[in-house]
Amino acid sequence: MVAGLLLGGFYAAVSLGVALIFGLLDIANIAQPAFVILGSYAAYVMNTSFGLDPILSGLLFTPVFYVLGAVVYRVYYESFERRGEESLRGLVFFFGLLFIMEVSLSLAFGVDYRLVQSWYMSRSIDLGGVGIAFRYLVPCVVGLAMTLALHLFLGRTFYGRAIMAVSQDRLALRLMGANPVQIKTIAFGVGIAAASLAGALLISIAPVIPSTDRDYIGRMFAITVLGGMGSIGGALVAAIVLGVAESLMSTFFGPSWSLAVSFGILLMALAVRPAGLFGR
Amino acid sequence: MAGALLEVQGLVKRFGGFTALNRVSLSVKPGERFGLIGPNGSGKTTLINCVSGALPVDGGAIRFDGREITGLPPHQRTRLGIVRSFQIPKPFTSMTVLENLGIPLEYAAAGRAGAPGSADAGEILRSIGLDAKAHLRPAGLTQIEMRKLELARAMAARPKLLISDEAMAGLSSTEVDDILAILFRLSAQGITIIMIEHIMRAVMRFSERVAVLDAGKKIADGSPQEVVANPDVQRAYLGE
Amino acid sequence: MRRTSVTVLVGLAVVLAGIALAMLRVNAYLYFAGYVILQYVVMATAWNILGGYAGYVNFGTPAFFAMGAYTAVVLIQWMRAPLPVLILAGGLVAALLGLGIGYLTLRLRGTFFSIATLALSVVLQTVVMNWDYVGGSRGMSVIRPSGPPFGSYVTFLFTVMVGLAVGSVLVAQFIERSWIGRGLAALRDNEEAAECMGVPTLKLKLFATTVSGFLLGVAGAPFPYYVTFVEPNSAFALDYAVNALAMPMIGGTTSWAGPVIGAVLLGTASQLATVTISSEMNLFIVGVVLVAFVVLAPEGILGLVRRLRGR
Repeated sequence: MVAGLLLGGFYAAVSLGVALIFGLLDIANIAQPAFVILGSYAAYVMNTSFGLDPILSGLLFTPVFYVLGAVVYRVYYESFERRGEESLRGLVFFFGLLFIMEVSLSLAFGVDYRLVQSWYMSRSIDLGGVGIAFRYLVPCVVGLAMTLALHLFLGRTFYGRAIMAVSQDRLALRLMGANPVQIKTIAFGVGIAAASLAGALLISIAPVIPSTDRDYIGRMFAITVLGGMGSIGGALVAAIVLGVAESLMSTFFGPSWSLAVSFGILLMALAVRPAGLFGR
Repeated sequence: MAGALLEVQGLVKRFGGFTALNRVSLSVKPGERFGLIGPNGSGKTTLINCVSGALPVDGGAIRFDGREITGLPPHQRTRLGIVRSFQIPKPFTSMTVLENLGIPLEYAAAGRAGAPGSADAGEILRSIGLDAKAHLRPAGLTQIEMRKLELARAMAARPKLLISDEAMAGLSSTEVDDILAILFRLSAQGITIIMIEHIMRAVMRFSERVAVLDAGKKIADGSPQEVVANPDVQRAYLGE
Repeated sequence: MRRTSVTVLVGLAVVLAGIALAMLRVNAYLYFAGYVILQYVVMATAWNILGGYAGYVNFGTPAFFAMGAYTAVVLIQWMRAPLPVLILAGGLVAALLGLGIGYLTLRLRGTFFSIATLALSVVLQTVVMNWDYVGGSRGMSVIRPSGPPFGSYVTFLFTVMVGLAVGSVLVAQFIERSWIGRGLAALRDNEEAAECMGVPTLKLKLFATTVSGFLLGVAGAPFPYYVTFVEPNSAFALDYAVNALAMPMIGGTTSWAGPVIGAVLLGTASQLATVTISSEMNLFIVGVVLVAFVVLAPEGILGLVRRLRGR
């Protein structure tokens, strides 16, 4: 149960990018999991070459990922959004990116499991009689911090509010004096930057291989839809729900069924209301 | 109302916390030329979307030709004879003009041979002035030609009730007359027409009866002259 | 009607040519490679019925393919069913899967359908890995039946695949030229307008998903006999997801010819690349080519040809 809650915090971190890009901007960026894995491998390289703590490495790479995200969005915008052909071609574009990234990582790193080491990973803390491994606690806490940070960013800063505005009404944004394309570029960049840190958290929790990204597709979108597209707080609640559900499933039926949980939740959320629990 | 072709009773539509239609009722007689006006955001297009089935309603009922249609999907309503054109034209971009008409002819009009309207696509295009462009893709049409295509496509569906959603917006004076003439011709064939427009002279000339929506409520319903003289209507358009 | 009979005759001729080729006993590798390319013709054509004609993107082709393959495995284990039964059953199970996913998600935007199909493969692979009757994650050995009607078993399967390829192209052609195809094109161009013009969009979408699923399952059913050892990683291979998508997109999505062109070109190139460079590098190249086409030449080769002809 506790494991489920901790997992939930981590899942929230992983899904922030999708909640932002798909939930708010309505761009079906299915390549997001691949960016997260890219972040994992970046942290891995930093860890094995320089002994750098993965989370620090994740933070370090955030600007790089931000720029990457901005570039990807620009290509997407020029090729598809501007011509009004988002749906079919945009999806295929992102799938192509997902695929290229996964295969490139395969070529570069092979298919062995990679993991990271850091000073706190083998330790654990005792809270109220329950032993909690730092390996799980730290990513959860960072995940919660990330969620809070994004929430504040969207609610309190100019660009954050502009992003909220662009998700609802483009015209209002123009009247505000901001350029919607620029705002979306920033938002996309932030979403990908979040992937950098999320990837670092991921590899802290468990070893990764290039195809690990596929495990997270269902989870990310299930959380975003269940949380109500575009609600960061909703995504956090949904992430915790998923984390707990997977934990319970794992306890009773074995760990290999955990993916079915997210898929099931995704289908249920879609069947009931695409607007999820909290959304518009 | 007895003998009404379209009857809308107490229609309610909400989007989250915002009530777009607040218990709107109106009825349209067969063969009538009916105008629907109101300031921007008053709910006209929402009403049309509910009548055509594109949006589900949150309350109230819609009857067409005596039959309750509130739960029917849009394509079935079209087959019954309710046809709408779109404010921003939505042509089938990969098909020629002629093929665009082929779709409603094949799907909506089939099996309703007795309904008023032209017999085939070529005739419709001729009557509307688009026959020269029959084999072009919509990308090669001008603004007014696109609007005409919207109407032609609606005609090909052999409507009993045609809802024209701002077909004249942004057109020049002569172009407006052009579209108006088409609508008059359709009315003469027995098709009931609901016209949503902002261009007052068109609405006044065309309509036998006019209903006015403001902020989701119907505030007037009567002959064009009555409606124009109504102080509530004047206030809605000019503001307090 | 004349057009249809001509097409069927051409199809039959192709099948006969296939049989003749099988009898020739040319280099064995050609039959292996040929089988794969023909399998992709079926898969690309199947994908295109939903993706190209209706505009709904299916990222989960491995799931449907594997459904066909594993249905065959179950039937082989249970009752040694003959190949035609395997093919039919594989197709039907995959068709049901398509119908199910479609029913759950097609009322919503196409994006949600695509996301669901993306997650589907992973989940189904998990299910299969946990199912010992079909070998679980270790895989299962499958023994080919004795005595194929002619040639060796591989050349026989090659011919069967020729037949399946011709069959699937005929199905695609039939749909494309019929009222169903016109309705699908309308809903692809503008779903809201199509619905308002009397097109029953939901029913047509479900039809396309079911037929597409059926053909994908059909492509997968002979797979156990082809590889003789079935394990989840190869049945659910990512290759299928990318290729079934890239081939129609490269060839052109608006007609039956596009997937065929794409399958033959990309399939042959892939086989060459795999043999000369490496299978992973080949996948990488496929990915890059896919993105390049989507960004630069979205109408595929057919579209480029059309533009060159000045239409």
